[in-house]
Amino acid sequence: MESNLLTVSPSPHIHQEQTISRLMWDVIFAMLPAFAFSVYVFGLGALMVTLIAVLSAVFFEYMIAKHLLKREPDIMDGSAVVTGMLLAFNVPTNLPWWLVVIGSFVAIGIGKMSFGGLGNNPFNPALVGRVFLLISFPVQMTTWPVPFESRMSITDVVTGATPLGFIKDGLKNGESLISLMQEVPGHIDFFLGTQPGSMGEISGLLLIIGFLYMVIRKVITWHIPVIVIGTMFIFSGLLWFGNPDRFVDPLFQILTGGALLGAIFMATDYVTSPMTIRGIVIYSVGIGVITILIRVFGAYPEGISFAILIMNAFVPLLNKYLKPSRFGEKVKNG
Amino acid sequence: MFMFIFNKLKTFPKGGIHPPEVKISAEKPIERIPLPANIKVPIAQHIGVPATPVVERGGLVKTGQVIAKTAGFVSANIHAPASGKVAKISEELDVSGYRRTTIMIRVNKEEEWAEGIDTTDELRSEISLTREQILEKILEGGIVGMGGATFPSHVKLNVPRGKKADVLIINGVECEPYLTSDHQLMLEKSEELMVGVRILMKALDVKKAIIGIENNKKDAIDKLSLIAEKYDDISVDALKVQYPQGGEKQLIKALINREVPSGKLPIDVGTVVHNVGTTYAVYEAVQKNKPLIERVITVTGKSVKNPGNFIARIGTPVSALIDAAGGLPEDTGKVLSGGPMMGKALNDLGIPVTKGTSGILILPEKESARSKSKVCIRCSKCINVCPMGLEPFYLMTTIQRGMYDEAEQNRILDCIECGSCAYICPSNRELLDYIRLGKATVSNLIRERQSA
Repeated sequence: MESNLLTVSPSPHIHQEQTISRLMWDVIFAMLPAFAFSVYVFGLGALMVTLIAVLSAVFFEYMIAKHLLKREPDIMDGSAVVTGMLLAFNVPTNLPWWLVVIGSFVAIGIGKMSFGGLGNNPFNPALVGRVFLLISFPVQMTTWPVPFESRMSITDVVTGATPLGFIKDGLKNGESLISLMQEVPGHIDFFLGTQPGSMGEISGLLLIIGFLYMVIRKVITWHIPVIVIGTMFIFSGLLWFGNPDRFVDPLFQILTGGALLGAIFMATDYVTSPMTIRGIVIYSVGIGVITILIRVFGAYPEGISFAILIMNAFVPLLNKYLKPSRFGEKVKNG
Repeated sequence: MFMFIFNKLKTFPKGGIHPPEVKISAEKPIERIPLPANIKVPIAQHIGVPATPVVERGGLVKTGQVIAKTAGFVSANIHAPASGKVAKISEELDVSGYRRTTIMIRVNKEEEWAEGIDTTDELRSEISLTREQILEKILEGGIVGMGGATFPSHVKLNVPRGKKADVLIINGVECEPYLTSDHQLMLEKSEELMVGVRILMKALDVKKAIIGIENNKKDAIDKLSLIAEKYDDISVDALKVQYPQGGEKQLIKALINREVPSGKLPIDVGTVVHNVGTTYAVYEAVQKNKPLIERVITVTGKSVKNPGNFIARIGTPVSALIDAAGGLPEDTGKVLSGGPMMGKALNDLGIPVTKGTSGILILPEKESARSKSKVCIRCSKCINVCPMGLEPFYLMTTIQRGMYDEAEQNRILDCIECGSCAYICPSNRELLDYIRLGKATVSNLIRERQSA
């Protein structure tokens, strides 16, 4: 004792060790396998895009907190790093650097800080940035580098369409699904990660490893990712079962188009997902259904970003009306 | 999530946490603390109306003599924990941190017991008293709930007209980390405890009793199960190690799958719960005519030299117990009466132990201060751990903004103050502090509404 005074405070007197920053660094850690693989597949571009996204996200958060909100910036909580990394995961690795910076600015400045910073934003900041870029710069945002080609170059790369984009264009031009499917890589390639696409979405296997890590570390629970993917699988499975010549198979749906990335890392964002189990079920089923609707009937080949943002908007309502089941509420004694 | 298929252990269904158990004083034999020179006996050691002192300054008292009489239905007798002279009756600090009426006794060297108290260790298993006589003895003996809530036991046993208990539950869970006093009592006084259970069954006129014990006390489970085999109507159930397994409503749900409705009591679902410490005190009061003047107390902490379990007379200063455990460690930052989840921090070590003191926990300086509170990131961990199905983050917001109606509708009064939400919050938010504040305000508002 430094003095003879005892500390007095109300109970509880012990606390678990998980803090916000430890949670955030665990999320970052869970993304590392997919990140490392991306650097291996896409080369320098992946590294550059990630670095620029993370540094600019942290920079904007710091500047806005300090000079606009006039409060002590808390960049060490890791949340801006997570947003930056997630943004990088959601863009092609040959995206010009200034577009990445714009994306970061929109994500942090508009998506997060304009609502008051961490804990207050209704929409997933990284997705706000990503969708802003997708709508404003559709050409750059949908030109994906081909895996293992031109790994040492950043901008001048061999590009190709994503599998979903390729099939959607093909169907629009009246080609048959069977012939189109023969031209895209097989399911196992998608699972392991040798498909064109956004930098972090390509390897299903490594994303699932990240998911398991987060569940074991109690960063997230299994509910949202499993329900989102399950809904997508069932819904697209029904369509495929009804007309296999018109709709792609459900496994293809969940392995492509960033479905796993979205379900595991974007839909599970604490701030923008519901807080009770009933809300979580509706939110996750909603994301699954809307994603497939956009992919099959909408203008975009991929839809999970929009689906998550749409369901984000319902979260306050879900939180307000779907309460947890209270102890002693339903009295059935026996 | 598939584990429960293989897991036979009973538990409550909603929420809960598993803090480090740190039961360092487990299986340390109970040691008796010598009588101190002075004893301080507060007259409010139970929930309800404080007892009325019936002795005066200068009067001589014998051990076990009533020194303050029960002053209402929800109240309890207080007995002299030692023989001696009443030095004064004054306002002294107690566990609550307030100064309250306390009877100070200067203890005699030669202990003199009141008439008719059996002070031997001899086991008396024959229950010869009638139901009414048993209730009388429990009332006279000043027995209160010794798990910490200190609710007068005779009140629980006087079942209101129109209600009926069909099963008695004995709480041997001891889910608070660190504490081991109930555990050790179950090991050393198993036979006596079983007699106590049968006395309570007779008092309640029930045909069934279940003793619930957390599975981290396997020796106690084995020992009591062995004795329980002699009785068809008493069983011992092992419970999953999960906090707050010993919460009354959680324990009832886990053991007999009945949910006490909001605002109701266990008797409304046909059961009464008593703690093992209380059960032992009932045995002593009924079989040995010995009132509640001493109890088993764990004195523990990571830096404590000889953590252990002690039996001390009520009124013994906390400092005497700490001395018995090897003295106050150098790095002490906080001293608690009770466990780390629900215990009260003491501001003075001269405070006496009372009927509800289950342990003295000494936390080192580095574990004493809270970390800085940050923003709510809506991770919903507080909701997931709440055993009552509440939304602690939301209740905190309603109280901060003075939305008391909203807090009431969201069942703030159902909170059992177990502290799981504040324990789990990654932002170190003061969830339970605000909820406690809100409970008090909401209760007052309801009372005003009802009297208007």
